[in-house]
Amino acid sequence: MATQNSLIYDTASSRPRALVALADILRSRDLVLQLVRRDILTRYKRSVLGLAWTMLNPLGMMLIFTAVFSQLFGGTPAYPAYVLSGLVAWNFFAQTTTISMTQLVWGSALLHRIFVPKAVFAVSSIGTGLVNLGLSLVPLFGIMLLIGAPLRATVLFLPVAILFLAMFTLGVGLLLSMLAVFFPDVSEMYQIVLLAWFYLTPVIYPVDIVPEAFRQLLLLNPMYHLITLFRMPIYEAVLPSVEQIAIGAAIASVALLGGWVAFSKKADEFAYYV
Amino acid sequence: MPTTSERRPELVLNESPSDSIRLDGVGVRYRVPEQRIGTFKEYVIRLVQRRILTREFWALQAVSLSIGRGEAFGIIGKNGAGKSTLLKVVSRVLRPTTGRVRVRGSVAPLLELGAGFHPELSGRENVYLNGTLLGHSRAEVDGQFEWIESFADIGGFMDVPLRTYSSGMVARLGFAVATAWEPDVLILDEIFSVGDEAFQKKCKARMDSFRQGHTTLLLVSHAAETVRSMCTRAAWLEGGQVRAVGPADEVTRQYSEAVA
Repeated sequence: MATQNSLIYDTASSRPRALVALADILRSRDLVLQLVRRDILTRYKRSVLGLAWTMLNPLGMMLIFTAVFSQLFGGTPAYPAYVLSGLVAWNFFAQTTTISMTQLVWGSALLHRIFVPKAVFAVSSIGTGLVNLGLSLVPLFGIMLLIGAPLRATVLFLPVAILFLAMFTLGVGLLLSMLAVFFPDVSEMYQIVLLAWFYLTPVIYPVDIVPEAFRQLLLLNPMYHLITLFRMPIYEAVLPSVEQIAIGAAIASVALLGGWVAFSKKADEFAYYV
Repeated sequence: MPTTSERRPELVLNESPSDSIRLDGVGVRYRVPEQRIGTFKEYVIRLVQRRILTREFWALQAVSLSIGRGEAFGIIGKNGAGKSTLLKVVSRVLRPTTGRVRVRGSVAPLLELGAGFHPELSGRENVYLNGTLLGHSRAEVDGQFEWIESFADIGGFMDVPLRTYSSGMVARLGFAVATAWEPDVLILDEIFSVGDEAFQKKCKARMDSFRQGHTTLLLVSHAAETVRSMCTRAAWLEGGQVRAVGPADEVTRQYSEAVA
């Protein structure tokens, strides 16, 4: 085979780390795909229902929330569809960011032996999460049809909402996995933060039950905006306004850029710590 | 900053542009915490109290070496001399604290074969996973798959989960993936023995074919005999510093005399 003599590794190179990391990840796209494949294949390899669990899981959670809260939030029309649309988006965020952390720790054994672009673990977690998200859209649409909620062409906006959600999730996942390398408790702490964040975001309750005084605070929660963008085209069957889209794009870009720069700045030090 | 050892001999290095590996004043510093700070809470408390005590430890200091293309270069030294750290610096696993490292071309580390193998995946799936972990594209693995399959010689086990393999089969598959491509730089940590005698012969033949090509071999060992038989030039590391560099015969003789 041809040797790649053009590739020169030079620690004195002055190219920004964030760009080097970007070039590395683009070169490693096949590795990312293999890691996604591994995660999907191994997750359910020994279970009977296999991939069906990805669809049954949110469905089960929806049933529980509907049974418990439908009286409380009775005013919300088509409550099961409301809950499920929010849960699908929330679960993607919560699970993917958590997995990003554990993946990097799993990868630490490798990072001592061979060079692997560190961001592949967070990026492949996004890939796995997107596959799961796609699968959980099936029960979501199923429930919509079952309870007679209208499913309109506005769902075509969904890919944009998912893109913003994935960008934000990747940014947060990178930041968290970087912190988890230096401080192992971060992953424990994050589970508590996630629980609080879940209840501070209108996933299972409608926005109108939030007292007027706290509505402004809700606007500071990035997940509120991203879940709204995801939920509107499905549950409300309307397109978000230009302003809402712009806010979503801004949140997604800032999180991804910030997470990427911070992560790649520290990535070279990981092998000293893990 | 590390100080240059007075014992460090004059280094006469090959300055040609055909260098494969070049290290200039490379130092690697580990910060060893005096007390282990394992939690974020503790860290914040200590930070506020300004009591983060660390002991500095230089695993490598002012190491300058240049290794030519196609050369078989040995690193010899006792345990803890910094040999493995040197390999990590060359293979891009560790970024040096000081100095500059340049490596031309692809680097294949032949250590911990089968790192990243997953027991639930089949041999075939693991070949693709491991091949891409080593930096190859899917198409490159496609191209070498038949070679890997025949070299590993695991019979009809390619499509069953790895957990059903014997340890020898796992090692053979790992070796086959790791050596399926001729790298520009091959890194060997000690001489490993994989599988039975027949397979070891195959491994040795594969190594020899690399050396006849343009592959630069970087071998680390604490055994003088290994370095002498495999390498043309060698460096002797002690306490993270280069104590001698030159023809393998000469350096290993000095090392043996000092150790004896």
